[in-house]
Amino acid sequence: MTKLQEWMSGLGIIFAIWMYLITSRSHNEFVQNHYDLILYSPITCVFIFGLYALSVVLYRVYTFNDCEQAAVELAEEIQEAKENLAKLGFKFKETAK
Amino acid sequence: MSASGTNSKNKYSILLPTYNEVENLPIIIYLIVKYMSKSGYDHEIIVIDDGSPDGTLEAAKQLQNIYGKDKIVLRPREKKLGLGTAYIHGIQHATGNFIVIMDADLSHHPKAIADFIKKQQEKDYDVVSGTRYIGGGGVYGWDFKRKLVSRGANFLTQLLLRPGASDLTGSFRLYKKDVLETLIKSCVSKGYVFQMEMIIRARQLNYTIGEVPITFVDRLYGESKLGGTEIIQFVRALLYLFATT
Ligand SMILES: Nc1nc2c(ncn2[C@@H]2O[C@H](COP(=O)(O)OP(=O)(O)O)[C@@H](O)[C@H]2O)c(=O)[nH]1
Ligand SMILES: [Mg+2]
Repeated sequence: MTKLQEWMSGLGIIFAIWMYLITSRSHNEFVQNHYDLILYSPITCVFIFGLYALSVVLYRVYTFNDCEQAAVELAEEIQEAKENLAKLGFKFKETAK
Repeated sequence: MSASGTNSKNKYSILLPTYNEVENLPIIIYLIVKYMSKSGYDHEIIVIDDGSPDGTLEAAKQLQNIYGKDKIVLRPREKKLGLGTAYIHGIQHATGNFIVIMDADLSHHPKAIADFIKKQQEKDYDVVSGTRYIGGGGVYGWDFKRKLVSRGANFLTQLLLRPGASDLTGSFRLYKKDVLETLIKSCVSKGYVFQMEMIIRARQLNYTIGEVPITFVDRLYGESKLGGTEIIQFVRALLYLFATT
């Protein structure tokens, strides 16, 4: 099963349950008492999921490691490489920049 | 399986695709040799240069004279034919049983290769992937917008594809040679989304994937070859893989 089919079946099942609840209003007391909540629940769920996604992404953006140390070490190693390569006879290309 | 017992038989072929990397290539090769000699793993470096006009190939030839023909292998091509085929071209000449793929622009640090190898040996993983998103991994030189795009795209990919690996678009990885060959054959996309497809196919083919945190330092020299069509390519690949895998 492809991921698309997995999603379709998952959403299909949820949709079927929701349809069943909505249409069972006349003989189901629970549905009668919470009709609006059930009717709008898909929109509510999408909204809550959106908030969840947004907060997770923003949290991860703010906790994304900044590797200052790695950059400093690399700069030192570039220097080291240039010196040692020159000793080994490597001719660096003149850069016009 | 003892680590020392397998070390003696294993050889690691490190693929370096280059396009206009004349400043970076000598340094990355110096660092690879430095760290690989330190950790003592048998290795070779395969440079696949696509006719860079900046003289990358001449620099590579100088390096070959310094380090020897068995250490530095040159597999140049006439013109810029893209990354995916560069890897295929590179492995055809690889003598190692493991392949390491990394960028030549110094954003991937060669010291991580030894960590990849240790991780691979822990559970005999088929693939070991470097990741910027977990543990001590991270990036340097990225602004808010770039981090947001990266994290957002990653969240969406994890949600839709559940790949079993945290970093899909990174390209610093270790593969068993035959696994890489199988994966490349099963991939249809071109360009950089190819990296993403490789991991998804790996999951689809039930290969095991290990992960090692890496630091990614943005290139200092030269330019990135990937333009503004990146996001469109990414979305297309995501939807394609969502519908077909
Ligand atoms: N042989 C070859 N190498 C390439 C080509 N395009 C990019 N590269 C190399 O692939 C690596 C990653 O490219 P880069 O432009 O840094 O991509 P980015 O890091 O995703 O922006 C670098 O080592 C490039 O020199 C190509 O068409 N052919
Ligand atoms: Mg790069």
